Amino acid sequence: MSRIAQRFEQLRERGRTALIPFVTAGDPAPEVTVPLMHAMVAAGADLVELGVPFSDPMADGPVIQRATERALAMGVSLTHVLEMVRQFRERDAETPVVLMGYLNPIEVMGYEAFSRQAQASGVDGALIVDLPPEEGHDLIETMKSHGLDLVYLLAPTSTEARIARIGGVASGFVYYVSVKGVTGAGHLDTEAVAGQVRLIKSLILLPVGVGFGIKDPETAASVARGADAVIVGSAIVSRIETLADTPERIPETIADFLAGLRHAIDAVDALPEPRTAE
Amino acid sequence: MATNADNLRASRTEPGRGPTYDLPDSHGHFGPYGGMFVPETLMHPLEELRAAYAACLADPNFQAEMDADLRDYVGRPSPLYHAERWSRELGGAQIYLKREDLNHTGAHKVNNTIGQALLARRMGKTRIIAETGAGQHGVASATVAARLGLECVVYMGEVDIARQEANVYRMRLLGARVVPVTSGSRTLKDALNEAMRDWVTNVDNTFYIIGTVAGPHPYPMMVRDFQSVIGREARAQILERAGRLPDALVACVGGGSNAIGLFYPFIEDREVAIYGIEAAGEGIATGHHAAPLTAGRPGVLHGNRTYLMEDANGQIIETHSISAGLDYPGVGPEHAWLKDSGRAHYDAVTDDEALAAFHHLTRTEGIIPALESSHALAYAHKLAPTLRQDQIILVNLSGRGDKDMHTVALHDGLVL
Repeated sequence: MSRIAQRFEQLRERGRTALIPFVTAGDPAPEVTVPLMHAMVAAGADLVELGVPFSDPMADGPVIQRATERALAMGVSLTHVLEMVRQFRERDAETPVVLMGYLNPIEVMGYEAFSRQAQASGVDGALIVDLPPEEGHDLIETMKSHGLDLVYLLAPTSTEARIARIGGVASGFVYYVSVKGVTGAGHLDTEAVAGQVRLIKSLILLPVGVGFGIKDPETAASVARGADAVIVGSAIVSRIETLADTPERIPETIADFLAGLRHAIDAVDALPEPRTAE
Repeated sequence: MATNADNLRASRTEPGRGPTYDLPDSHGHFGPYGGMFVPETLMHPLEELRAAYAACLADPNFQAEMDADLRDYVGRPSPLYHAERWSRELGGAQIYLKREDLNHTGAHKVNNTIGQALLARRMGKTRIIAETGAGQHGVASATVAARLGLECVVYMGEVDIARQEANVYRMRLLGARVVPVTSGSRTLKDALNEAMRDWVTNVDNTFYIIGTVAGPHPYPMMVRDFQSVIGREARAQILERAGRLPDALVACVGGGSNAIGLFYPFIEDREVAIYGIEAAGEGIATGHHAAPLTAGRPGVLHGNRTYLMEDANGQIIETHSISAGLDYPGVGPEHAWLKDSGRAHYDAVTDDEALAAFHHLTRTEGIIPALESSHALAYAHKLAPTLRQDQIILVNLSGRGDKDMHTVALHDGLVL
């Protein structure tokens, strides 16, 4: 069983909804990332998503675009990101790490070389925004042979047939994009999300994480009522941006923010009624 | 009148032609290139688009509407002009120019926007978005949006806005909102990113009119089909005028829509050599160019796998060309396939060579070409003297040069 599957299994037994923070690797500087990852785990993160900077992040909103530009300005490449994960693993062998990014850096490194190095670094899986299952066959097979999960996105536009199909090829968990839009996009319709998550869970067996538009303890709590994981990205990255000139304050500030989210999610988890109503 | 589909079928069954070329496959692949590399949110909308386009291809009413618009609104067929004075001066092959510069809005771009806008209306979309580099596709999109009463938003890099002021004003006159793109290199590739972000957000009511033969399937196929009116006309025109097919085709390649439009109906005519000309900018060796087929390697960007300009880590690098319309780090996936298969040859000419051709055609034939098209002309200028006088080169004059007055004047040390 992969580290991601194990982690979700433990969480399920404890009745706990996962909190998954996203940060762009190397933002605002490479040396910030590993201490930040440890601080996030200490504050209640169950799994960490690490963004791999790419020059043309077409699915990202302005906040993560700017984070990407800061990281690229520091010369951060996929190779550096793998090295950061290796360093993280020196002190944390438990918390799953998923890379999130775009396909081209992996194309250039080569599927086999990427999968081998990712496994050796202690990466557990990858979510590749611009790789739908229609194009993903070769990479899935290569990653699987190295024990890596390929996490897929589901969207409000995904038909039932697509959801079922993606459930058949994804591993680890699936990531439901809660709004039509880019990362950091506007208003989250929590009722529509809850309905969609119920639909997804009726069609596939994997844990379902929900991301996009989760900004604060309230939205985190509302999503936690139906989802297996709450994924928070832009709200963290925008806080990092305001501290770009005082990077030493970043781990503590982000840990405080995550602790607030964790508290709100724990309160939902403690509710007596079944978490997925109906 | 024969429709696009009829013409395509007819050209495929004509005796004496080569084996049938039937790419892309049902998932948009041209060999290893093309495909659908987009976020999940866009996968179902792209499937809807593919189905709607297939329905239109099979619908004689759609074809009739499109053919009427191309004739009465765009002014097709565009002439095939024998550049006799220029040919005589070079002393080699006879050069014919396919006059896409004479189309309404001044370039080939409108052939495609007419088709996509009619499709948008059929799909019930009320808002269209587009990306633009030189502004020609933006103008062509704003034009059809005005005519059909659709809201239009055009994304354009800040750098391109500065060098194409006149086209920006034209788009605004036509009622489009021009949104400056300030991310990345602030040119065409970033405008494409921003248009994708808009589309993913507003996909319910919005149709994205991609201006070139790139992007995810079905765009490279659909834009090719709409643009292939260029090659179908040119093929019939040269057969009528010269009684035979040309020896060579030459077209400039940025994303590659005018080139594929000319090339596609000739692909099975194996005796016709095909040359696609990229922008070598300040020279391939300097690294300041926009020639992914000549000096790049395969990768994935903007929804398809194709040749790209990228660094060792897979980051897309900034391109350079004096012509904004060629200033793009990728190229249509069908060109990538035509290169690998050897059916087409790709080469590049520098800014200086293109400028020289720009001035030369202007003075010799009284035609002011777009800087993009000037790249094709510069190559024809080199190719013609290597051929006999009874041979024929057919060059796609994809656009007119009015939009480039400022750029050329600046290069010559003048400020207009």
